[in-house]
Amino acid sequence: MKCKRCRGKAEVQLRHHNAAFCRSCFIVFFQRQVQRAIEKERMFTPQETVLVAVSGGKDSLALWDVLIDLGYQTAGVHLDLGIGEYSHVSTAKTVAFAQQRNLRLITVALDEEGLTVPTMAAFTNRPACAACGISKRHYFDRVAIEQGFPVLATGHNLDDEAARLMGNVLHWRVDHLAKQSPVLEATHARFVRKVKPLFRISEYEAAVYAFFRGIDYIIDECPNSARATQLLYKDALNRLEAAMPGTKLAFVQEFLRSGRPAFVTANASPPQTCERCGMPSFGAVCSFCSLVREVETKQARRATPRRAASH
Amino acid sequence: MRITLLPQHKQVDLDGRRRVADILQHLGFLPGTVMVIRGDELVTDQDFVEADDAIEIRNVISGG
Repeated sequence: MKCKRCRGKAEVQLRHHNAAFCRSCFIVFFQRQVQRAIEKERMFTPQETVLVAVSGGKDSLALWDVLIDLGYQTAGVHLDLGIGEYSHVSTAKTVAFAQQRNLRLITVALDEEGLTVPTMAAFTNRPACAACGISKRHYFDRVAIEQGFPVLATGHNLDDEAARLMGNVLHWRVDHLAKQSPVLEATHARFVRKVKPLFRISEYEAAVYAFFRGIDYIIDECPNSARATQLLYKDALNRLEAAMPGTKLAFVQEFLRSGRPAFVTANASPPQTCERCGMPSFGAVCSFCSLVREVETKQARRATPRRAASH
Repeated sequence: MRITLLPQHKQVDLDGRRRVADILQHLGFLPGTVMVIRGDELVTDQDFVEADDAIEIRNVISGG
C-alpha cells in the first residue's frame, strides 16, 4: 500500500478518508486536520493561552503535542483521580511529558482534596465514571477561571463524540444534544470557552499520531472503564464503521450541521450559580457539590454508631 | 508468529505467514480499533506478517 501524498510505503490506512499515509505524511495530515478544526470552528487564536486537560492517555497528550507543534501557547491541567496504580502511572506519564518539553503543568490531586473517585463511588449510588466526569468538569473549569485562561481544550475525539451522540439520541436527551458541540462559549461568568480540537480525528488516528511522535502514554485502561456504557456505543459504531467506512464522521458532522441547531433553540436557560462553591450550576447546588454533600452525609452517618434499640 | 496483546498483556501464537487483516479477523478485532506494531513500525491490514515475526496488537479504544 502506497502513501497518498508521497507514494512511499504506507504505514497507516484511513478507510474513512479513503487514504493511506507514510509516517511523515500522516503527521502532516494530522496536524492540518487539527489546525483546520481550530480555525474553521474559531476555537482560539495564537494570542490566547490554551489550558489543555491532560489525563496521561493518548488523546490528551497527542492534543498537547500537536498544539505545541502548531505554535500555540499552552499549559496543562491534570487531575489525579486517586484510582490506585492506574492514577499513579497516568500522573507520572503526564508529569514526564511536561518536564521533557519544559511545559507548565497544573496538577490537582483528589486525595489531597479528600475525595478520590473510589471514595465517591463507594459512598454514593453513582458509578465511578459519573463521579470521575463530574470531578473533572468541576476542577478543570475551576482551574481555568481561577488561573485566568480564556479557553479549555480537551482531547475528545471523533469516537468519543459519536458515542456520546449515540447515547444522547437513544435517550433523546434534548438538553445534552443542544450542548454537544466542538466549541462551547462561556455562558456564565465563571465558565471559560471549551473546545475539542480532535473532534474530527478518530481514536485510531490519535493513537497512531501518539505512536509516531514517540509519546509515552498510558496504554492500560482505567479499571472502572470495563463497565462504561460508552464502550458499548463505541463497539456498535465500530461495527457500523467496519461495514460502512465514514459512518462515524458523517454521524457527527451531519448532526452538527443539520441536527444540533434544532435543539439549541429548545434549550435557552443559562446556568445559575452554585450556592456552595460559586461555580456554574443547573440547580441551586452544582453536580460536584451535590456529590460531595452526599459523600459527607454518608461518611458522617457511617462514623456515628447506631443508637441501641430500646425494648 | 508471536503476538502480544495490549492492554490485556496476553500472548498468542499463530502458525505460518499471514495477512494482517486475516490475523485481526481470526482474533476478533474490528478494523480501526487496534494498531498492529512490528518493531518500531506500524503495519497496515494489507501487509503480511512472517511466521517468525513478533508483533504487538494494541487496543486504541478507551472508555472514558
